[in-house]
Amino acid sequence: MQPELFIKLNLLPSLNLLYLLIAMIYFNNVCKVYPPENVCLDCINLTVSAGEFVSVVGHSGAGKTTLVKMLLAEEKPSSGNVYFQSVDIHSLNSGDLTKFRRQIGTVFQDFKLLPNKTAYENLAFAMEAVGKTDEEIIGDVPHVLELVNLSNKIHHFPHQMSGGEKQRLAIGRAIINQPKVVVADEPTGNLDPISAHDIVQILKRINDLGTTVILTTHNKGIVESIGKRVVTIDKGRIVRDDKDGKYVI
Amino acid sequence: MGNFKRILKAGWINFTRNGVVSAAAVLVMTITLSVIGSLIFLQAVLQNSLEGIKDKVDITIYFTLNTSEDKIFSLKGALEKLPEVKAIAYVSADEALQAFRKKHENDYLVIQALEELDENPLNAYLNVKAMEASQYEGIVKFLEGDSAKVLGGASIIDKINYNQNKFIIDRLVGIINGAQKLGFIVTAILILISILVTFNTIRLAIFTFREEIRVMRLVGASRAYIRGPFLVEGAISGILSGLIAMLLFLPATLWLGNKMTTFLGLNLFEYYLQNIWQMLVILLGFGILLGVISSFLAVNKYLKA
Repeated sequence: MQPELFIKLNLLPSLNLLYLLIAMIYFNNVCKVYPPENVCLDCINLTVSAGEFVSVVGHSGAGKTTLVKMLLAEEKPSSGNVYFQSVDIHSLNSGDLTKFRRQIGTVFQDFKLLPNKTAYENLAFAMEAVGKTDEEIIGDVPHVLELVNLSNKIHHFPHQMSGGEKQRLAIGRAIINQPKVVVADEPTGNLDPISAHDIVQILKRINDLGTTVILTTHNKGIVESIGKRVVTIDKGRIVRDDKDGKYVI
Repeated sequence: MGNFKRILKAGWINFTRNGVVSAAAVLVMTITLSVIGSLIFLQAVLQNSLEGIKDKVDITIYFTLNTSEDKIFSLKGALEKLPEVKAIAYVSADEALQAFRKKHENDYLVIQALEELDENPLNAYLNVKAMEASQYEGIVKFLEGDSAKVLGGASIIDKINYNQNKFIIDRLVGIINGAQKLGFIVTAILILISILVTFNTIRLAIFTFREEIRVMRLVGASRAYIRGPFLVEGAISGILSGLIAMLLFLPATLWLGNKMTTFLGLNLFEYYLQNIWQMLVILLGFGILLGVISSFLAVNKYLKA
């Protein structure tokens, strides 16, 4: 969404520079085309500021997950750039990419927990991976488990937990290293309404504490209960960007 | 150091928790290492047989009658200096006669014919064994060459039986070289097949963890940190497989040693006990290398993005 005045005055490059400098996340003309001609993202321009809660909504296949994969640098754009704090994440080398990912916590619809590790070990692994000490792990893991209401499941494996518990554990893993952004890709897709409500409340609480949250969903009730910015994607294009939390497709 | 300990611990925990997958990897690697161990035994049997054949090949240098022992020993000394010569035995004319009499003691006509003669009709001779069957030709060339003549070789040598045996020696050289080459090729092919089977098994095992590897990447784990536990698992599989293969060889070689020593020409149980530490090092080393390299290659596939 480019403001018309900048377009009229031919100041688009200046606007891009401005976005690059002030936005935490900036999708600049990002396209993703899978061969032969399957357009998943069609020249997306999107900025997310620090501390925002952005719900990305759209039908299945609209391009929400592709957008998330671009942000996590799991997929490279066919054209355009994705910036995180003014750095083009797709130009990072392997080591810098690892450091970048440590600033983003991710939550998936299918939880993606490590099945051979207990709740405690799943969280500890995320801390070990970024080089935290044993003392820090011993101090932080029980605290985060308490935050996501899983203190009583500390030694349980994922297969011994309900869907809601697994997702709360996944959120715990996403926030344990105090990331700048939490990306939740359809986190309530596999959950009953009560569990889904719990998850959204936890995400709101995380956002209230200052963490930027990007949530993709097609659950109208959830989006409207959050009442914050909603970006609507359809056929790979951003068709609406509402500040007042309206879910309109 | 802390990370290294964590990687070791994670590798061990993953190995024990992924029971079935770990057991499958250990089983396949045990088969691979058993094949490699069996090939070591096969090479030993082949080598032993070839050494036996090689040992039976020699050439004999016959001297003219009345050649002085000094001259013969002078030639013997020159031959001993040749690097190709493994051993030389001197047989005097009297010893040759005694040996001949003993060989034909039941042949009345031969013994009677010997009695009729006033003097010993047999020549003294040197029996020469070379390091390799292919080196006899060089030794004969030396004897026919100038260096031997300087020592009086040409004047004292009556005949060398190399020319009569040349055909057989050449054939034996061909068979020995062929058998060694064939043994090497068969060993290489079998080892290659075993490695491919093991690699494929480990690749399949790691394939089941591809989603976990993705998650590890997304929580910001470095490549080394993700790869580490898989390499440790591979090494543990290699160590266990090596030890199991070594244990399996104990009853197998004992049985073969009892039943097949005459046929094989080598007691495999004794060979196993004599070379137990070398075999342990080879099988453990090969097992660890195989496990670690296979895991490294298999995990790398999922670490590219």
